[in-house]
Amino acid sequence: MSFERIREKLNILADAAKYDVSCSSSGSKRSNTNKGLGDSSGMGICHSYTEDGRCVSLLKILLTNYCIFDCAYCVTRKSNDIKRAAFKIQEVVDLTINFYRRNYIEGLFLSSGIFKNPDYTMERLVAVAKKLRLEENFNGYIHLKSIPGASDELMREAGLWADRLSVNIEVPTISGLKLLAPDKKHEDFTKPMLKVKTEILQYQAEKKVIKSTPKYAPAGQSTQMIIGATGESDKDIMYSATHYYRKYHMKRVYYSGYVPVAEDNRLPAIGTQVPMLRENRLYQTDWLLRFYGFSVHEILNDKHPNLDVEIDPKLSWALRNLHYFPIDINTADKHLLARVPGLGMKSVSKILKGRKFRKLNWDHLKKIGVALNRAKYFILCDSRYWERKDLQAAQIKGMILQNSQGKFRSTHSAQLSLFN
Amino acid sequence: MKEAKILIYDGSFNGFLTAVFKTFDERIEVADIQKNSEAQRGLFSDTETVFTQMDKAKRVWNGIQKKSNSAIKNVYFAFLSEHKGIEMLLYRYIRKLFSPTDMMHLNFSDDTVLKIDQLTKSVGREKHRMEAFVRFQLTQDGIYFANIEPDFDVLPLISKHFRSRYADQQWMIYDVKRKYGIFYDLDSVEIVSLDIKEVYANSIHKNDTFSGIEYDYQDLWNNYFKSTNIKSRINRKLHTQHVPKRYWKYLSEKKQAV
Repeated sequence: MSFERIREKLNILADAAKYDVSCSSSGSKRSNTNKGLGDSSGMGICHSYTEDGRCVSLLKILLTNYCIFDCAYCVTRKSNDIKRAAFKIQEVVDLTINFYRRNYIEGLFLSSGIFKNPDYTMERLVAVAKKLRLEENFNGYIHLKSIPGASDELMREAGLWADRLSVNIEVPTISGLKLLAPDKKHEDFTKPMLKVKTEILQYQAEKKVIKSTPKYAPAGQSTQMIIGATGESDKDIMYSATHYYRKYHMKRVYYSGYVPVAEDNRLPAIGTQVPMLRENRLYQTDWLLRFYGFSVHEILNDKHPNLDVEIDPKLSWALRNLHYFPIDINTADKHLLARVPGLGMKSVSKILKGRKFRKLNWDHLKKIGVALNRAKYFILCDSRYWERKDLQAAQIKGMILQNSQGKFRSTHSAQLSLFN
Repeated sequence: MKEAKILIYDGSFNGFLTAVFKTFDERIEVADIQKNSEAQRGLFSDTETVFTQMDKAKRVWNGIQKKSNSAIKNVYFAFLSEHKGIEMLLYRYIRKLFSPTDMMHLNFSDDTVLKIDQLTKSVGREKHRMEAFVRFQLTQDGIYFANIEPDFDVLPLISKHFRSRYADQQWMIYDVKRKYGIFYDLDSVEIVSLDIKEVYANSIHKNDTFSGIEYDYQDLWNNYFKSTNIKSRINRKLHTQHVPKRYWKYLSEKKQAV
């Protein structure tokens, strides 16, 4: 094959695929039993990181960037004047295998622009995955995009070869979708999700009875939303995310700060800053919901539709609910400990183990790795010293901000720097 | 009072376990446990050389494992950290493990336990980094070859990962710092110690040892690495935090940067 041509295509099609954030390669259970190539039974591995600090764990490419749709937020939309290219199925297979053999990647992330019609496109994606599994004996990770509007039969087959399937809903609200992607219907997105969810449940149920039942999308499905393109509030985003977690059993919902790619009066102009801090706060909220036992209306509600960018969502929840605090580190149960700002789940588990042997004091907590600069206002421990003053929420917030250095501080602070 | 002894072992993990066995078996008061390569006599203590005995080492291993699976992992990982004075730290840890109070190894208010936990974590992190940062290059003889230079001695830890992953290709990973490697011959993994003079780090110059197609794929990979970067989100600090500069010399995508 001609490396020159492949290189050109790779540049075009990797460039177009990079706005998909998902690169997780964990959660699958495909072990290498047949002396084949690859094994994706363990944890995910990030083989490298690009200069924007995002991880590279999968070869993330489009099969083609020809597309019949004209979604305003998308770089490969029909009306955009860019170079177009398409890979042959064999070319994708060769690239994946050769990159994998050199330990560059954990597997393949294959998406595509929609050419001709959804089924025709989905068929090609499935063919790549099938070829990798059957002909190359490949046990690495495969993430396939479900093409909105693809038929149920194709979705069913896709799950048999892929580890994860995903449809990006991109716009969190239905009204936003109408505005930005007039050719697409909301049902086009949810139909494949629903199909995948029911198939996963069905295969899991069968697996309990018949052990040799094949795997169906063992790493589940995920979706992605663009942040900051249509003026939606954080509440809209997180409520919709919770809906997808609950209704479609999503493994992950990804949040992607909108990178302006086109001049369009419906969207932020080119050169607008990517809302990275907001993205970060949304991920923090997502974690609170999934691992810390918070429910979404505690963090975001009609009174507080947006997250505070200055402080993390757990701290801002705690400041609104000072009546729960202070709590005693040596007696409080796990759920309460998880709600203390500055305590992560790792510290919580160490505290629970450590306090069986003796009462913990500030020194112990510090060594365990608790962020005391935030936690100290909310806890008691085995010490005579603790915050006795009846501080108001605003005072605590002020003191925490004064005594800490946030990496994003410069971006939202009103204080000008003296030098630079 | 019984006189404290310095035990000297051969530097291997099994040697260390044998020394631990000896202390329990003969009820020795231990002043220090040292590698024979860096042994130092004490002013007030006797020294005694311990010869590695597999059966005794095995007994200690099994004993720890019976107490706790996480403890045996901690002991092995922390040992590989090559941290100065790790032997005594581990010895105290093992003493705690076998102490009459149950589960002492989970006492995170204790300095020894915390230190061992931290060392285990750094070795684990290095192991994970090596699983990520190994870059195989295809040689003319069809062997996928990679150089590494890890902070800790993690080759024994990563061998299983690569064996189950690359079951159908011959590969070799060579630790430049410690001058030994592991080689997989399609059947099993063997430890090979050889002194490779030439370090096949990243260089723009092509080397005859590697097949021609190798450089084409490195080129494709570099291109991919560049085009998947989003320029408007650039964050070099985060980048070097995830890929510290000391690893760059063996990463083909950082060829230009080195």
